Formats: sequence, C-alpha cells, structure tokens
Amino acid sequence: MRREYTCIICPIGCDMTAEIEDNEMVSLVGNNCAKGRVYVQQELTNPIRTIATSVLVKGGELPLASVRLNKPVPKASLFKVMAEAKKVILLAPVRIGQVALQNVAGTGADLVVTKHVDAIH
Amino acid sequence: MENKDVIIIGGGPAGLAAAVQLYKLGITNILILEREKHLGGILRQCIHDGFGLQRFCESLSGPEYAQRFIDEVRELNIPYMTEVTVTEVTAGRKVTAISRRGVMEFQAKAVALTMGCRERTRGAISIPGTRPAGVYTAGVAQSYMNLANIMPGQEVVILGSGDIGLIMARRLTLEGAHVKAVFEVQPYPSGLPRNIEQCLNDYEIPLFLSHTVVDVKGHSRLEGVTVAQVDEQYRPIPGTEQEYNCDTLILSVGLIPENELSLGAGLTLDSRTKGAVVDEDYQTSCTGIFAAGNVLQVHDLVDFVSIEAERMALSIQECFLSSQFGNAEIEIVVDASISYSVPQKTTGKKDFTLSLRPKRPGRNCTVFVKQENVTIARKKFAKVLPAEMIQLAIPAERIDPEKKLEITLI
Ligand SMILES: Cc1cc2nc3c(=O)[nH]c(=O)nc-3n(C[C@H](O)[C@H](O)[C@H](O)COP(=O)(O)OP(=O)(O)OC[C@H]3O[C@@H](n4cnc5c(N)ncnc54)[C@H](O)[C@@H]3O)c2cc1C
Ligand code: SF4
Repeated sequence: MRREYTCIICPIGCDMTAEIEDNEMVSLVGNNCAKGRVYVQQELTNPIRTIATSVLVKGGELPLASVRLNKPVPKASLFKVMAEAKKVILLAPVRIGQVALQNVAGTGADLVVTKHVDAIH
Repeated sequence: MENKDVIIIGGGPAGLAAAVQLYKLGITNILILEREKHLGGILRQCIHDGFGLQRFCESLSGPEYAQRFIDEVRELNIPYMTEVTVTEVTAGRKVTAISRRGVMEFQAKAVALTMGCRERTRGAISIPGTRPAGVYTAGVAQSYMNLANIMPGQEVVILGSGDIGLIMARRLTLEGAHVKAVFEVQPYPSGLPRNIEQCLNDYEIPLFLSHTVVDVKGHSRLEGVTVAQVDEQYRPIPGTEQEYNCDTLILSVGLIPENELSLGAGLTLDSRTKGAVVDEDYQTSCTGIFAAGNVLQVHDLVDFVSIEAERMALSIQECFLSSQFGNAEIEIVVDASISYSVPQKTTGKKDFTLSLRPKRPGRNCTVFVKQENVTIARKKFAKVLPAEMIQLAIPAERIDPEKKLEITLI
C-alpha cells in the first residue's frame, strides 16, 4: 500500500511517499534526510509529538508561564498531558529550563518552563 | 538632543540581532527603543516550538529563542529602553520617542527600522455581515491565550490558512475548544506543510481550499458564519453556501509590515512587499535609514529574520567605515511568477542574497536572474511554495550596471 507523509521534523516539510506492507515500510522516497525515514517508521509504530502550553504562575508579573515537553510523547497521551498541565501552579519567579512537572501523565517526559516570569515586587 | 551612532526601533528578534551584531562589530554608541514592557517582540506569545532549527540546531519555543538574544544584549550591556514608543523618524534621522517620563529626541547617524508587522484585519479583507464580538485575528487570539490566560471561545471557525491560524487551531483544540474547520480562499494552503500536518491533520480538523466566509451572523456575540466555495476569480459560487454555528471566528489572513514611521520619514514603499524599498545593504530610499525583519518583508521563519538583521548590521558598519552610503540605481524587477523580491535595487558593487516568494506552488522550478539575455544567477528548487521564502546568491561581478535585473521562475 502506498501512503503519503509530510515530515514535521523541520520547516522544509518534505513530501514523502512510502510503500507499506503489513505495517512495515518497504521503501520511502521524497525525504531530504535520514530523519524523514525515522519519522515515518515512528508514525507506523507509535506516532509521537511534542506540545507547548502554559501553566499558572502565582505572584508573577504575568499570569502564565509557557512550558513545553522536553521530549515527544505518544500522540494518544496529549490530552492527558494538557489535563495535568492545567493543575500546575508555579510560584514566581520562574526561569527558563525549570521543570514545571516531572514525568507528566506517566509519559516519562517533563514539562519545562520556556519563559522567565519575574515576581512582582 | 542626544547623538547616537545607531538607533534601533523595535526590540523583537530583528532589532536584538542587529544590536548584538553592531556591538560585536565595534559600533557601541547604539540604543534599542521598544514600545512594550519586555524585549522579544511577537515571539513572546509564540509558545509552540520549532524556532531556531537553522540557527541553534534545536527546536526552541518563541520565548526561548528570543531569550537567547536578550541574554546576549544583557551580557554585552547594550543599552535599551522599554515602554518607549517612537513616534517620528525624519529623513534627516532625527528620532522622537515618548514614554511615561516624557518626550525624547535623538540624532542618529543611522536608523535601523525593526518594527515588525501587523495582522490584516477583517476590514482589510472586507467580510460582509454584522459586527458581533467573537471575531479575532489569530495573533490577538494567541496573545489572549498565551499571555493573558483568556479563552477566546469554544466553537471556532478559522478563516485563512496562515501559520498563526494553524498554530491557533491546535492550541484551541488542546485547550478544549472545538475547531470546526479552516477555510482558505486560495486553491493552496498559505501555511507551511508541517503545520497543516501537526496542527490540523493530527486533530482531524478539516481544511477547505477555495472557500471563504460570505456572511457573519450574530448581534452582541457571533452566532455563526456562512461559507461558500469560490471560483478562480475568488467570487463565491452561488448554491455552495453552508452554515456553521460558532461563537468565534479567527482570521489568519496575512501580515503587513508596520509602516507608520516609514511613511512619516517619506520612504518609498513597495506595493508588493508592503514594506520599504531597499538596496543590497538593506538601506531604504532615505540615506542612513535601514530596515530588516518583518517590517521589510514578512518572514515565515524567525531564523531568517535574525540573519537578515545581522546582514543589515554588517552593511551599516561598512557604510560607517567607508563613509559611503550606497546609492543604488540598478532596478530588480520580478515577473508574474514571483510575488516580490528583496532587495528591489542594487548598486551592483556587492554580492548579495536575494529573497523572493513564488506566486504559486510548483515543482522542479528554476529561478533565473537575467540582464536582457544574460543569465547572471540561477538556482533550482525541487519544490516551491508561496508559504516559503526562497533565497539565492547574486554575484556582483556579473552585474552590468547599465541594465536592470529581471527575475523569473520557470
Ligand atoms: C501573531 C504572530 C505570530 C507569529 N508566529 C510565528 C511563528 O510561529 N513562527 C515564526 O517563525 N514566525 C512567526 N511570526 C513571524 C514573526 O513575527 C517573525 O518570525 C519575527 O518575530 C519577526 O521579528 P521582528 O523583529 O521583525 O518583528 P517583531 O517580533 O514583531 O518585533 C517588532 C518589535 O518592534 C516594536 N515596535 C513596533 N513599533 C514600534 C515603535 N513605534 N516604537 C517602539 N517599538 C516599536 C514592537 O513592540 C515589537 O516588539 C509571527 C508573527 C505574528 C504577527
Ligand atoms: S526529511 Fe529531513 S529535511 Fe525533510 S522535513 Fe524531515 S527533517 Fe526536514
């Protein structure tokens, strides 16, 4: 079976065509680099994604700090990650790189802060 | 009035990269003026990742990308002022700014315009119907959600397939809203393919090409929109109308350079880029006034914004060193296959990078840069999209100063 993919790994977004038999990739054309192949392989077995969202901050100059997953998680667990993130409240100041939530929804990935938020003086 | 070597207007990625580069080149009597409370520009609200892949070889979020430059500005002790709005730039490079502390005036040897862009609004694309609440541009919805923690609505329709709209489709879905569909008037998407994939397809949000909103309903709050298919002339086709109930309509219909100050200074603008006309030094029609980043041409990738701003900084240094501010006379023109090019003029004395956008998607195309029948540069592309800016190097030694440069994509 032939299937079309758009690689999401970098902004080039290669259009790829894979020949698939019994859920195994037998050939792939259109990928500019090896990452495209890894991506299709992953899509076939267990699609993974990273997402970004925000968590609440108390006592900060902003009400929110942006966070993102430090590694991709199975697509199916994205909404669980969001539900967990909604429960987090950090105390200002928060710094980029700070872990907002460890092993979020049991995925093994952490939610990491991506914006400095200073405390209100 | 204070004298400065360079005044940089706008502390977004373009302004920050320009400042850092100027400083490293030894031009230190500079000042960044930023209207907002924080440096970083629009990236502060772009919390998704995918920034910096080219530059830092890792996938950062917008705020992290901006912070790398802000950190450099701080480490180098580059002077900047926030909550200061520039209200006027004259052709003679006098810069007037206001803040809560009052009015400030500067005389600059060079001015770097890095004010970014604005979003096209409903007025700019003239959607008929009532004027209820619940109609937002994608960037405004993004700032509500990512900066102020306000949810714009629950039942959402998106008009326009620009990247910010696609990113917002995913963001709204993850936050529990129901994004019914994205409608695009063009027969092809205007956002990047990877965003169609990971923001729409992942969440089974349908994208309808050659469709537009023909009516907006609701009194105090939006209640629904009517959508129709369009023909090649973008005219709605009668009988194809469909109703969608929704409380929110997000417009992602394009960005236009922020031109207030440029107009005030009397700069020549390009009707295609909607930004200033520049030469290969990023110098505008006004000697000593330069422009880079989204104020010059709307970029899809911030990595290119930083590079462009750094090139502009280098040009400013060269102009200072030689005390010569180029006088570009060779015109660069594009044919119907191309939306625009930057620069639009060249002195013909320096190698430079030409940026352009194709009008339509295409495969296995070649960009030709010609002077009459002589090809002076060409580059082949496996795939081109209006959503992606393309670039090629132009060698000065091959340019005939008597003739214009003509660009075509075949
Ligand atoms: C809503 C939105 C979302 C975007 N999302 C993405 C994305 O996801 N990925 C991506 O790669 N690109 C994105 N872009 C494109 C993005 O704008 C560029 O990549 C990049 O931020 C442009 O940098 P800049 O410095 O040219 O402009 P900006 O980041 O817009 O910075 C301009 C700065 O100038 C300041 N300014 C303007 N006028 C004045 C004045 N008169 N006085 C003082 N200061 C002034 C502004 O406050 C602002 O801080 C987005 C753009 C918009 C509008
Ligand atoms: S295949 Fe390689 S070059 Fe193509 S989009 Fe994926 S990562 Fe980028």
